Amino acid sequence: MFPVLTTIVFLPLVGALLLLLIENRDGRRDAVIRWTALAASLLVFAATLLLWSRFDPSCADFQFVERHDWIPSFGVQYFVGVDGISLFLLVLTGVLTPVALLSSWESVHKKVKEFSAFLLVLESAMLGVFVSLDLFLFYIFWDAMLIPMYFLIGVWGYDRRIYAAVKFILFTAAGSVLMLLAIIGLAWMHNSITGTGYSFDLLKLYDLRLPWQYEFWFFLAFTLAFAIKVPLFPFHTWLPDAHVEAPTAGSVILAGVLLKMGTYGLVRFAFPLFPSAAAFFAPALALLAVIGIVYGALVAMVQPDLKKLVAYSSVSHMGFVVLGICALNVQGMQGAIYQMLNHGISTGGLFLIVGMLSDRRHTRQIAEFGGLKAVTPRLVAVFLLMTLSSIGLPGLNGFVGEFLILLGAFRWDPRYAAFAASGVILSAVYMLWMFQRVNYGPVTHDENRSLPDLTVRERWVIIPMVAMAIFMGVLPGIFLRPMQPSVDRLLQRVSREAVARAPAAGRTDVTLRATVPADVRVKN
Amino acid sequence: MLLLIPLLPFLGFLVNASFGRWLSKTMSGGVAVAAMVGSFAASAAASWTLLGMPAGGRVIDQDVFTWISSGDLLVPFALRLDPLSMVMILVVSGIGALIHLYSTAYMHEERDSEYARYFSYLNLFAAFMLVLVLAPNFLVMFVGWEGVGLCSYLLIGFWYHKTSAADAGKKAFIVNRIGDFGFLLGVLLLFSQFGTLDFHALARGISVFAPETARFGTLSVAALLLFLGATGKSAQIPLHVWLPDAMEGPTPVSALIHAATMVTAGVYMIGRNAVLYSHAPGVLELVGIVGVATAVMAATIGLVQNDIKRVLAYSTVSQLGLMFVAMGVGAYAAGIFHLFTHAFFKALLFLGSGAVIHALAGEQDLRRMGGLRKELPITYWTFLVGALAIAGIPLLSGFFSKDELLYRAYANGHPYLWFFGSLASLLTACYMFRLVILAFHGERAPDAAAKHGAGHDGGDVSQGAAHGHLHDAPRPMAIALIVLAVGAVLAGYVGLPGVLGGSNRIESFLEPSFTVESAHAPASTAQPAETGGEAAGSAALEGGLMLTSTLVACTGIGLAWFFFVRRRDLAEAAARRFQGLHRLLLNKYYVDEIYDAGIVQPVRILSEQGLWRVLDVGVIDGAVNGVAVTIGGASGALRLLQTGSIRAYAASLMLGALLILGYMLWW
Repeated sequence: MFPVLTTIVFLPLVGALLLLLIENRDGRRDAVIRWTALAASLLVFAATLLLWSRFDPSCADFQFVERHDWIPSFGVQYFVGVDGISLFLLVLTGVLTPVALLSSWESVHKKVKEFSAFLLVLESAMLGVFVSLDLFLFYIFWDAMLIPMYFLIGVWGYDRRIYAAVKFILFTAAGSVLMLLAIIGLAWMHNSITGTGYSFDLLKLYDLRLPWQYEFWFFLAFTLAFAIKVPLFPFHTWLPDAHVEAPTAGSVILAGVLLKMGTYGLVRFAFPLFPSAAAFFAPALALLAVIGIVYGALVAMVQPDLKKLVAYSSVSHMGFVVLGICALNVQGMQGAIYQMLNHGISTGGLFLIVGMLSDRRHTRQIAEFGGLKAVTPRLVAVFLLMTLSSIGLPGLNGFVGEFLILLGAFRWDPRYAAFAASGVILSAVYMLWMFQRVNYGPVTHDENRSLPDLTVRERWVIIPMVAMAIFMGVLPGIFLRPMQPSVDRLLQRVSREAVARAPAAGRTDVTLRATVPADVRVKN
Repeated sequence: MLLLIPLLPFLGFLVNASFGRWLSKTMSGGVAVAAMVGSFAASAAASWTLLGMPAGGRVIDQDVFTWISSGDLLVPFALRLDPLSMVMILVVSGIGALIHLYSTAYMHEERDSEYARYFSYLNLFAAFMLVLVLAPNFLVMFVGWEGVGLCSYLLIGFWYHKTSAADAGKKAFIVNRIGDFGFLLGVLLLFSQFGTLDFHALARGISVFAPETARFGTLSVAALLLFLGATGKSAQIPLHVWLPDAMEGPTPVSALIHAATMVTAGVYMIGRNAVLYSHAPGVLELVGIVGVATAVMAATIGLVQNDIKRVLAYSTVSQLGLMFVAMGVGAYAAGIFHLFTHAFFKALLFLGSGAVIHALAGEQDLRRMGGLRKELPITYWTFLVGALAIAGIPLLSGFFSKDELLYRAYANGHPYLWFFGSLASLLTACYMFRLVILAFHGERAPDAAAKHGAGHDGGDVSQGAAHGHLHDAPRPMAIALIVLAVGAVLAGYVGLPGVLGGSNRIESFLEPSFTVESAHAPASTAQPAETGGEAAGSAALEGGLMLTSTLVACTGIGLAWFFFVRRRDLAEAAARRFQGLHRLLLNKYYVDEIYDAGIVQPVRILSEQGLWRVLDVGVIDGAVNGVAVTIGGASGALRLLQTGSIRAYAASLMLGALLILGYMLWW
């Protein structure tokens, strides 16, 4: 079979290498480089769409699987595959990368070749994270992603870019190290429990019956790494700095895809690998998520800087995703996965718009704007749509995810849903207040009087996002249906503990899991 | 076929939103009006079909597509026509079409692109409102519910360059979102209990329960949460604060959205869930109390306001309160009947005030009006009809519906609701005629002329102002006024009460919408038809109350006449005498100020000073940076060991070797 996934994952890398071959002294061939990079990313996007069209939506198994031995003595494999959960994250990455490249068309002039190459390398790493089914391979992609991102922030960022880049690296690395230990520990446990050697094979590890204390610590190690990436309150403070200092393209990718790697990690690894620990920690995680929803919204409300506002709103939105995951039921989980995509579109779109404003005025202070609707009506129209998408207006994408998450959370524990739902009010407060200060009222700064409206290039950047926001709001079934089997499978894996604890349910797979120690049962 | 009803205005929106900047005013206005007329025609056709069906089985369903499906949640995007939604679509599309027509003249001073933008919003509003009332389940209703909120936001802030307009739009949206918070949680609770969001299926599920009279159970909680949503949308205490500010929008918008249609969505939603509310009597009682409190409070404020539109806005709040009273006593049909008649006369009053404002170049202050009767005859006479209707003068629409709901309040055992409802009616008649007298009678205040040339900073039109004399409403506006005036007279006759020889057809027509459709449904809603001697007694009661209502209305008008025509000095003296009260009313009981000081500012300060600057930057990030600094410091200390001096290294090597040796020797 043709190695589809490998092609998709490494295509951007090939594109990056190609770029490096182009000689570009003094930026003379910037245009060539930009078009080449764009072409490469569009090719990847087309490939992800092709993947989607060939994807069997009724199947819960991993599809397009490729499996080769890599380091046999340690049981490391090159093992990739895609299911209904990762499929759309691949497509999302495929959409956002060309958009990010196009968004920096006129704002990045320094080292265009390196910039474009780093962005493509980053895309490879992100795609790799979403398809890896071998933990070792996953970890390599996970950490590889840091390097291009570090440079994107550190070289092409704004004034305090070095501080932000270092902070970003240190936060993520701190989490990753513990996760690496847990990954090695898992492989080792595989050997000592089954006696069949080390293995990083996710499917094998899913069926591993770990002693409780191992599960406890491994879950914490994985979850810390993912929680930092999400970012879950109180591990979020790297995010506003990273966003504010990153160039627009970096912010779009960061918000659009990178944050999702955290929640994806929870869904793919932490929860199904350690189901009893997941059930044990879910209330605590959900509590942090709910705090994050409210806290992120309140702090976003008082930000004077547009990018910081959107960054804190991400903390709030991603809190919804974690809450949905913790609910451990169909609606919560599906809503969470859907919300990952939504957040990529709406927050990505908002960062693009902030980037456009920042390109025009070289400031992101809300107070520097005002009355833009009279000056740039089209820009404001798309701004309004992305704002509405972000605050979850029904008919646009955000609502579907939020509603499913709230429903899942409500069925689990209405208290979480009640607190999370206050985010519905707060998001309207901070977004509309910001929107008003930027776009309504009289034009207060003379510099703003002659700002140009959307250019043709900018339209190509933002219209896909607007179209996606509407499309995903009206026809969510197109995405939810292929997700369903994989989500069901996932929930079966995770809820084995719950089933084991309730023998009356009479499920057949009860015997698969080790019994939980008595003290856990009491606490639950 | 049902789909056509909201689809036509939506297409109108698409046309004006996409191509508006290239369309002439005639084109964009024409498209918008045509879309609404088409929608009204489709509504009428659908209603005709519905009326042809046997009573009790009057339901038309149309599935459009599956919207959300996840696990056991299945939400079809579908539409459903039943007697309740039939009344609503006729009101929305009919009055909507008239107001669109009126707007073609009223907004004529706007630039072409702004004109198209206005009509695109107005069409979009109509589409969402029609979805709201045709929704067969909560989630589709929520689409309409939020959609009309969005359009309201956009239209209130239509003159966005005015800070006050932009503020008012934002306030409306946010206050509505507080209600939506309750609405959403109520929906979640109902789904987790009954596993469906479909109104019919929910009603069936609920009907097997006994009414929660003694305890406050799930149904009561759900009803209460949904009621919070209703208070937001229908501007009831404590979420009434947005509606008066919403008058920043163009006047036809106030007429359509903030009087005739959108604000009644809360009343409609409760009617739609009549079975649920009937099973939560405690909450229903609360609905009535909130309604009557809002009615009286708003009416007292209306007495002293000087902005013509604000008087009408408080009047709307007050009338909505009366509708909630009807809901609260279980007289759902009476509430919807009042909603129906109110749509006519309140739209008429707003459009009339718009004609005045139009003629006076944007002047909205009653103190600068007066004597307009002669100069604006069409406006005056139609406005007078509206004022008489809302005051409850017999044989006009408002009389029938208001009387009906007050009678129900009394007959269903809530005499105090009847009493305060009547008080609100008295005040209504009084402030309405104060308005009529101040605006149309007497003499124009001398400084009014000076204002004319100046125009209005709000962007309100200034046609005719430059001329010496005032122009009455131009033709499209006049048509709308006259048609609505006729409606304001006649609309009540669909519900002619039994005492006056009618059979209250609208109530018996609506009744199936408030019960479970199965035959053995408990007659828990509204009042069953009385029989025998009881009927004679209640006829006497109804007649008596009707007479009282008439007296109340006449008293109110009389008071207005006495204070504002006969002894104007007394009104001023009273205002001086009860200065505290007067200021309290003028400042709307300081509710806005209380909210600002009690909620808005604390949250803002807490977020800015507490959460962001202290907790986030200080504590959390401080801890992170603290770790970094500590590690940096420790590394700095360790760095001192890296002296590069061979001798120091040799010495430390020696020392280490000695320590190891010592360890091995001694232990």
